[in-house]
Amino acid sequence: MPTWEPVNQRGLKMLKVENLEVRYGAITAVREVCLEVSVGEMVCLLGANGAGKTTTMLSIAGALKSTTGKITFNGRDITSFSPERVLREGIAMVPETREVFPDLTVRENLVLGGFIHRGDHRKNKAQMEEMLALFPVLRDRQDQQSGTLSGGEQQQLVIARAMMSQPRLLLLDEPSLGLAPTIVHHIYEFINKLRSTGLTILLVEQNANMALKHAERAYVLSLGRIARQGPAGEIATSSDLKALYLGS
Amino acid sequence: MSAGTILQFVLDILSLGSLYALMALGLVIVYGILKLVNFAYGELIMVAGYTLYLLNASPFPWLVMALAAILMAIAIGLMTEFVAFKPVRSKSVTAVLITSFAFSTLLQNAALLFISPRARNVPLPDIFTQSVEILDVVIPIRNLITIACALLMLGAFSFVMKRTVLGLALRAAASQFTMARMVGIPANMIISLAFAISGLFAGVVAILWLGRIGSVVPGIGLEPLLVAFIATVIGGMRSLLGAVVGGYLLALIDVSFNYGLSQQLLHFRDAFTFTIVILILLFRPSGLIKGRETGLRT
Repeated sequence: MPTWEPVNQRGLKMLKVENLEVRYGAITAVREVCLEVSVGEMVCLLGANGAGKTTTMLSIAGALKSTTGKITFNGRDITSFSPERVLREGIAMVPETREVFPDLTVRENLVLGGFIHRGDHRKNKAQMEEMLALFPVLRDRQDQQSGTLSGGEQQQLVIARAMMSQPRLLLLDEPSLGLAPTIVHHIYEFINKLRSTGLTILLVEQNANMALKHAERAYVLSLGRIARQGPAGEIATSSDLKALYLGS
Repeated sequence: MSAGTILQFVLDILSLGSLYALMALGLVIVYGILKLVNFAYGELIMVAGYTLYLLNASPFPWLVMALAAILMAIAIGLMTEFVAFKPVRSKSVTAVLITSFAFSTLLQNAALLFISPRARNVPLPDIFTQSVEILDVVIPIRNLITIACALLMLGAFSFVMKRTVLGLALRAAASQFTMARMVGIPANMIISLAFAISGLFAGVVAILWLGRIGSVVPGIGLEPLLVAFIATVIGGMRSLLGAVVGGYLLALIDVSFNYGLSQQLLHFRDAFTFTIVILILLFRPSGLIKGRETGLRT
């Protein structure tokens, strides 16, 4: 599998979110959020339900427009970019709802994952082979309608589909949501395999223990604001983590 | 019932059903993406009809005129998107419905003003008026053309939707629009593509419909729109296959009443047809082929 980023670029700032504010009508879901992700890093965004994690991710992915703030990716302002353009810049998102295209087969889902490279059949074919090698269950079920897959299999499919665009930054939104502990363990094994290739990952999780075990740094969101940030180990031992989760 | 009558009955259902299925597919392809009914769809048929009428005096062969009519329906289909849908797409459903109706009325009034409120004959090749005799039954060749044309269109459409990346992208956008954008499928391109395909179906339907009635009037699009709408409702608004099934089922109902009802009762055929439609919807409120819940409007 190829390494996603050259070794000499590791540590450089890749994603920078500055003073992000997102509103749903009169409700401000996220305010003054600032975060950074460096090349090759795995950063997690933690917080209770409704803390603004998914909203932040959707804004970065271009699916939600921010009221104020700035998002830069590799030095380029992508704040007003559409989801298609954000993907072309190299940011792919795996949503928490595991949105497979249910009527399409596993293979067809993967083909669409490589939509932005559709002129380059060789590249898409090679990438699909890599994904099928990484997720063997998808190879076994490639002609099956994706809507009939189990939750764990769908999660693998949406990760593989996102990887088909060969992103430089992967946004993973709650990959463990609604999955049995053994399946969650497998999903994180896959994530670690992707990470070992040099892929940069921004992870949103409610399962704080799991996320902090794998990430290098963490941000904790509480009531739409960044309440804590630091190395994952430090956050994991922080005495007020539980309080932040409860929004107090 | 003789073999000839059965053959005629079956061919009548197949030809009318083919036409209805094409009408319904043209409507449902846009509904699938936008979750909105394009009420200007009937006017695409009208535009194709008037294009054929206006080209009557041209030196071009009929096939070129027919092709021009279909291309015009596609162009106006795209224009519907740019004029009536795109500017208000992110607004309320009501806003889009109003602009869709407004565009439909605008096109109808343009035809009234610049051409004529009276019916205008369109050029048709002789084959549309000729018949063949099979098992002592006289079959209009236009019915056979309609069936062949529908088979060709449905086959090509099925191939495109199942075997090409753009077809897959359309199906993906119809089921999860935002997610489709997040895998890099451009929203505007997909919506325009849906309107272009809708225009293509309307153009072909126009040729086949005019082949039956022979003339075009400004209100010609109303009946096909109504037929397409009913067919998609009974077949299932969320399913392309449902639209086709609905089209053939509606034709089966219509043709059965044509054969079975007495002359006096035949005046009330539509009332009987709608009664059956209501009964179907009572038992299958989402239509015969339900399709997946596709979430929010685009």
